[in-house]
Amino acid sequence: MTSVKTDADEIPAKHAIKAIPVRHYGRWVSAVAVLVLLAALIAAFAGANIQWPITGDNLFTSASISGAWHTLLISVCAMALGLLLGVLAAVMRLSQNPVTSSVAWGYIWLFRGTPVLVQLLIWWNLALIFPTMFGVSTNTLITPFVAALLGLGINEGAYMAEIVRAGIQSVDEGQAEAAHALGLSRAKTMRRIILPQAMRVIVPPTGNEFINMLKTSSLAYVVTYGELMTKAKDVYTNNLAVMELLFVACFWYLVLTTIFSIGQYYLERYYAKGATRTLPPTPLQKIKTNLFSLGRAR
Amino acid sequence: MTDFQKPASGQVLVKAEGVRKSYGQLEVLKGIDLEVRTGEVFCLVGPSGSGKSTFLRCINHLEKINAGRLSVDGNLVGYREKGGRLYELKDSEVALQRRDIGMVFQRFNLFPHMTALENIIEAPVQVKGTARAAAKERARELLARVGLADKADSYPAQLSGGQQQRVAIARALAMEPKLMLFDEPTSALDPELVGDVLDVMRQLAQDGMTMIVVTHEMAFAREVGDALVFMDGGVVVESGHPRDVLTNPQHDRTKAFLSRVL
Repeated sequence: MTSVKTDADEIPAKHAIKAIPVRHYGRWVSAVAVLVLLAALIAAFAGANIQWPITGDNLFTSASISGAWHTLLISVCAMALGLLLGVLAAVMRLSQNPVTSSVAWGYIWLFRGTPVLVQLLIWWNLALIFPTMFGVSTNTLITPFVAALLGLGINEGAYMAEIVRAGIQSVDEGQAEAAHALGLSRAKTMRRIILPQAMRVIVPPTGNEFINMLKTSSLAYVVTYGELMTKAKDVYTNNLAVMELLFVACFWYLVLTTIFSIGQYYLERYYAKGATRTLPPTPLQKIKTNLFSLGRAR
Repeated sequence: MTDFQKPASGQVLVKAEGVRKSYGQLEVLKGIDLEVRTGEVFCLVGPSGSGKSTFLRCINHLEKINAGRLSVDGNLVGYREKGGRLYELKDSEVALQRRDIGMVFQRFNLFPHMTALENIIEAPVQVKGTARAAAKERARELLARVGLADKADSYPAQLSGGQQQRVAIARALAMEPKLMLFDEPTSALDPELVGDVLDVMRQLAQDGMTMIVVTHEMAFAREVGDALVFMDGGVVVESGHPRDVLTNPQHDRTKAFLSRVL
């Protein structure tokens, strides 16, 4: 990019093209239309029967912040469990051993085929069918956190398994051949050669899954885990300001998803290593070069 | 550069007897018999689809043979013979056999997420348990040997095809193999990059490395090769010293093929 610019600079000014750019009237019209619609929407909500001060007052209460923290905690833990199970199931699924691959297939079939809400409720009510486990009362084992972790994590693992499998299969066969020809074992070929390359394909949908998980974790309110939805519900059952508290929850979900969307960008950039000649710029670098080129254009 | 300086009658390193290979109904190798001796540069030539690459891949068990016997240094490839019966080797045992056989691929197959240096030290460190520092030192020597001392920290995507192939040769040499297999090592290269790779191979041959080379580079075969086999339709049509086969082919099929490629 920069080399093109320096070339252009070296051309004498009299040769520089001074053309009138194409006019995009449609863009101006649509921008105005969007602004009008937005204004109407804001006006509608401003005049609606919503006690905005209640939303504002509840944004940073200890209950909201604790809810956001627990949403983050359960999402990270469930995603970690999901990733672990997903990689394991994907590798098993691709195994030449028919027993291992069938087990993985069965796991994916069962947990991807049933709703996560139902799975959460089954974990939560496990004591109904197994009153004790390992000599301990099931109800002491299955805390809200454990129920949410198992429900969300095991379900996620089934989805991650398919993502990881697609990633593994996207790696050129020649890579495994080269590794085998060097004497690397199957396990080392997978861990050192295939999986690092598969990451480039795995990371984008996994970021998507994590952002989904942040929101799906709201279902954990059915197991009374203290995440955002549970906290919001606790407050609005007291003060009856349902919409106001749902907006508080939305605010925090947006904060969390925005932060992790940015994180995802950097993660993807990291795993592009070796796949492209030059790394794509970070958002900060992009802003810098844009400002720089604006300055030079004048 | 002349081949008669080398011991022409080394020990038999690779021995194939009636090797057959088929994919479903399609028989690709229809009984291959040949011997490769230590220190020899053994060239496999023939039209595409003749089975030469498949045969090469059988030597390090990337392909499983269906019939016949194939041995490297006296050991059957992929099998153990005990009491007149053949037993399939475990994956770990096959991996052990492959340690001594280097392979260079047409499409290089460098690991794109590793630098040139990391590519080279991967197998010594992971397979042989060589200390990283020692492996790095050796890798730098090898890179210098293939003329790429300054490319240690480059990723494959930052290298030209010829450079990638030379790194791939260095990577195979890092395991100190007793046999090197080359599967059309220059076929995917731009014409002006072929020479660099052939130079490295020529040097390797001079150092006495046993090499089996599937190639379309007839000039290279004639100059460096000690033995040459012409394959077509899954059988060995003609074999002998490259000079003889290439300049004075006996079979019509060999003549027809050579008239098209020379």
